[in-house]
Amino acid sequence: MINNDTINHVRGISIFADDYREPSGTLHAAVFYSSIAAGEIQRVDYGEAIKSEGVVRILTYKDIPGENQIGSIIKDEPLFAERYVHYIGQPIALIVAKSRHLAIKARKKIEIRYIPSEVITDPREAFKKGSLIAPPRVFACGDTIKGFEESDVVIEGRVDSGGQEHLYIETQGALAIPLEGDNLRVISSTQGPTAVQRAIANVLGIGMHKIEVEAVRLGGGFGGKEDQATVWGVLSALAAYTLKTAVKVILPRGDDVKITGKRHPYSSDYKIGLSKDGIIKSYEVTFYQNSGAAADLSTAVLDRTLFHSTNSYFIPNVKATGIACKTNLVPNTAFRGFGGPQGMFVIESAIYKAAEKLKIPPHVIQEKNLISDGKSFPYGQIMINSTAEKCFSGLKQIVDLEAIKSETEKFNQQEGYKRRGFAIMPICFGISFTNTMLNQAASLVNIYTDGTVAVSTAAVEMGQGVYMKIRQVVARIFSIDISKVKTESTSTKTVANTSPTAASVGFDMNGKATEIASLEIKKRLTTFICDLFEVKEESVDFKDENILIGKEIKMTWKELISKAYVNRVSLCAQAHYATPGISFDPGINKGNPFAYYSFGSAMIEAEVDCLKGTYSVESVNIIHDFGESLNPLIDMGQAEGALMQGIGWMTMEEILFNAKGILLTNALSTYKVPDINYTPRKINIKFLENSPNIKGVMNSKAIGEPPLMYGIAVYFAILNAIKSFRNCVPEIITSPLTPERVLKYLYPSEMI
Amino acid sequence: MKKEIKFLCNNEIKEISVKPGTPLLDVIRNDLRLTGTKEGCKEGDCGACTVIIGELNGDDIIYKTINSCLFPVAEIAGKHLVTIEGIQKEQLTKVQELFLEEGASQCGFCTPGFIVSITGHLLSGAEVETSTLTDSVAGNICRCTGHISIKRVIERFSDWAETKINEDENRINELIRLSLIPEYFAGVKEELIKMSSGVVGIRKQTKGTTKVAGGTDIYVQQSEGVTDYVLEILNENIPEQKIEIADGSLKISGLTTMSEIENSKMISETFPAIKEYLKYFGSRQIRNRATAGGNIRNASPIGDFSNILLALGAKLEITSSTKTREIELENFFISYKTVDCAEDETINKIIIQLPGPDFKMNFEKVSKREYLDIASVNSALFAIMNNNKINKVRISAGGVAPIPLYLKQTSAELKNKEINPETIKKAASVAMEEISPISDARGSKEYKRLLLRQLIYLHFIKLFPNDIRAEELI
Repeated sequence: MINNDTINHVRGISIFADDYREPSGTLHAAVFYSSIAAGEIQRVDYGEAIKSEGVVRILTYKDIPGENQIGSIIKDEPLFAERYVHYIGQPIALIVAKSRHLAIKARKKIEIRYIPSEVITDPREAFKKGSLIAPPRVFACGDTIKGFEESDVVIEGRVDSGGQEHLYIETQGALAIPLEGDNLRVISSTQGPTAVQRAIANVLGIGMHKIEVEAVRLGGGFGGKEDQATVWGVLSALAAYTLKTAVKVILPRGDDVKITGKRHPYSSDYKIGLSKDGIIKSYEVTFYQNSGAAADLSTAVLDRTLFHSTNSYFIPNVKATGIACKTNLVPNTAFRGFGGPQGMFVIESAIYKAAEKLKIPPHVIQEKNLISDGKSFPYGQIMINSTAEKCFSGLKQIVDLEAIKSETEKFNQQEGYKRRGFAIMPICFGISFTNTMLNQAASLVNIYTDGTVAVSTAAVEMGQGVYMKIRQVVARIFSIDISKVKTESTSTKTVANTSPTAASVGFDMNGKATEIASLEIKKRLTTFICDLFEVKEESVDFKDENILIGKEIKMTWKELISKAYVNRVSLCAQAHYATPGISFDPGINKGNPFAYYSFGSAMIEAEVDCLKGTYSVESVNIIHDFGESLNPLIDMGQAEGALMQGIGWMTMEEILFNAKGILLTNALSTYKVPDINYTPRKINIKFLENSPNIKGVMNSKAIGEPPLMYGIAVYFAILNAIKSFRNCVPEIITSPLTPERVLKYLYPSEMI
Repeated sequence: MKKEIKFLCNNEIKEISVKPGTPLLDVIRNDLRLTGTKEGCKEGDCGACTVIIGELNGDDIIYKTINSCLFPVAEIAGKHLVTIEGIQKEQLTKVQELFLEEGASQCGFCTPGFIVSITGHLLSGAEVETSTLTDSVAGNICRCTGHISIKRVIERFSDWAETKINEDENRINELIRLSLIPEYFAGVKEELIKMSSGVVGIRKQTKGTTKVAGGTDIYVQQSEGVTDYVLEILNENIPEQKIEIADGSLKISGLTTMSEIENSKMISETFPAIKEYLKYFGSRQIRNRATAGGNIRNASPIGDFSNILLALGAKLEITSSTKTREIELENFFISYKTVDCAEDETINKIIIQLPGPDFKMNFEKVSKREYLDIASVNSALFAIMNNNKINKVRISAGGVAPIPLYLKQTSAELKNKEINPETIKKAASVAMEEISPISDARGSKEYKRLLLRQLIYLHFIKLFPNDIRAEELI
């Protein structure tokens, strides 16, 4: 079913934060930020800047009426730096001017002097120096030492994975409008309106009830606007509150790339033990997460790395240690997968290396160790309704492995310098926020007297189609046309205390809340009909905008609503949903944190030009468990988009900082993401059949993040192609696999 | 120094007062309040701000897509600006419908740019097939879909168009007939003719100016600054006079855009491979603006077109108000971003001696992403053989020195040699002595050295497949 939001998209009339018609006299602000990665601010001279054309005010920490603090999980992040700066991009002041152009011009006139101090950019170095965000975390089960003793082969190694820029095409931003009294309305491009509201209240020192935060729709989020949208909302609010004028902060791309956090780079050590036929007996892993200069969501991201450190596999003896290392880089943050991909990349690397040693294909090890019902993960959750094996064997049915193997071998025996390789990637991703508290949502359903319906929920629309799916829930329950249902923009005024739209559960939870609210109204309406026609509930049916008693149409939907209103039946309902049956004890790191799991398997084939080090993705085959998809078109789009983001993360998307903590890939000219010419030549994504998910909304399954991790297969497909040319495997598995790295792996002794 | 600028904005004549150097995008969003055109990167790398520009050319209107973030508003005077709002009809167009059906729009932020790029391609009169349509959006980035569904849109549209679009019909009438653009387009030519008499000229400014040709570099480097500059806009619109063959040479005006080079019959007859190479230069929107002279004057060490011209042994004709002189391109580049060109001089012509039919040329470029990316290293080779010996040869390399580099000694090393693995390996080792790459975001210096060696090998492997096999070199 077509997502009817896209009708406005293709006409260019959808409204994003910067498109919102601002009140006349709206001022525009630019952020002045630290240009060094660590040091003490000695002196800042705003003299010239304040005199600059069009400048109205320059705000610093001194202008904050409340607390200079916006940290969400740990209170370690000031809004404005006071004396010390900890990363390049840390806000120091806000220049408010008549236009953004003038604000940016004035920014160049600010003079600042620092006393620089030592810069740490490497997480292992930070760990050695004791620079941590929080104490290390350990997830463990069984006895790894014993497990290694029982193993036939034990392999150790190191894996480094790079960061990733979200590159939502709409940059971060917000518009704050003063209302009567000291109330404020803030239009924010955020995945978490409540987080913005809470931070504004804290910084301004006023009640949350005075601040209304609204997310109209986002031009992409991918986790980048979960926590890091907050600062822009707070800055615009502070300026609007101080100046009693509407103030807009929209980041130019250059600022956005430089001063907002990214996916966490990791450096990890692993040790894996297997029997000679490929059964994994024991696994130890230590993750050094490059958290950046403040906590942000790093500890939660790290937890998910630990949750997914064994990917889809059952391993009896595991010890996974996660260390959030504090460096002088911009605080890293949520990014689709939320630490999961980083954890999975390590176990897949370990399996790849083990397969080398055992001289069996990695997919044999993968398949033999897939988790099945009754087995548990290291944190104690026992698997139920696993479709890991079904998806893996399903994949083997849609791709003839033996045929592909022999075709690849044949191709690679040809003369020349083109080589091919393929790899398989099973995934298992837990669905729920791992912080149990966040697993709650609410919905407000209003039916108007003409029979049209408006729904407000906590879910933010950022391209994932959550609004459409919510409309589908309502339309299905009342059996009315989708055009009669509208989703309201997401506002703290209509739904309070919202969790961010994240963790792939936006629709799961808000869809459920909407289902509950809609059913509540439907129940009232049914009672009303029963009274009216003196019939029993069982004989009442809502069908195609008609009300049936038995098979007879008694009235239309519209007539029903009108009559119900006249008879003083409430046509509005609010419902709260708290995901049942989940809990996790972070003291012992055991529990059942996930409502259910998402599964699937992918095979990716790549071709490498072994002269140039360039490559292309030849084919992608996926079988994914979508549950009973409510909207296959939307779900397919999510799977495809996530896949390409995963492939980008593994290949061309490279974030480079120098030793001074300066970002070198600081623009779209140096940070490249997949384009239309990089799409796989062939792509085939299949829905696993007959797989209803009783935990999901109308048997559907969450889809946002899991398919990103299929991208990991491309890394090993390229390695296999390299191997057939050079017969070597790199010692340290390092991503991204840029053409430079490919050439380095192909000609290890010649890159001097 | 605001100026009055008059132009046709979609279906409406607009007169605005604005600084001439302001990026068109800012004017569209802030002054015209047309918010369908989005700011994504402001450096021509995402395509969210794509608009269509139409201008009179004799009896025709030439339409092309551009990045409005890199376009000085002054240049819109007397032209037809088409934004997403200007291609709306009551019913969705086929392009829009397919975006819906394939789910090719998710968050919707990049979508107008894609729709405009494809519609602009149709308006440009270019061939409508999968490859050209793909090329038309190669400069548009969608972060949500991974472009997979957009590719399906293009394939389906291409199939649909095949049965509908008749290459012989007047394209505008045809697009109106097929409901791909609104009816008002039929009257645009008349409007532009009417307006052309009354257009205020801001083409030539006086002293103390910054010269802008296509603007595709200066607006990237100094986006906020350019707004306040006094600009001298160099662009002209006489495509058929920009490229000529005279005195045994191909002469290309410095203001020729990359798209014009791509479409030039004269160039495809003399150097047919160039059209292929151009696909890897910028995007369609960039190529519609970037000029040959600008690429040279900008002196980027990894300039793609400079690289090819160095291998072809091009000369430049440089003019000022007082004199005209010629200089070998290889002598034009002095040091990083420093060239032999005074402030009052411009590159008038690029002159390439025609080599006759029996020459060989090859261009290689490696970047993180194959399309719309800046090379880590690029290299071009031009050779004329005499039986089995190399009679004449020129090799160039970019990204390995402060300037686009003519590999003089490497070329000398190869002269009069037979093609065999030893010759090529020797040449590559000479090249290693000629270069001085630095480490940056596009690769480490060690990588760039190895990569250039590989590209030199590749020139010979591709051009002399009977004499050289990859296995003999690596």
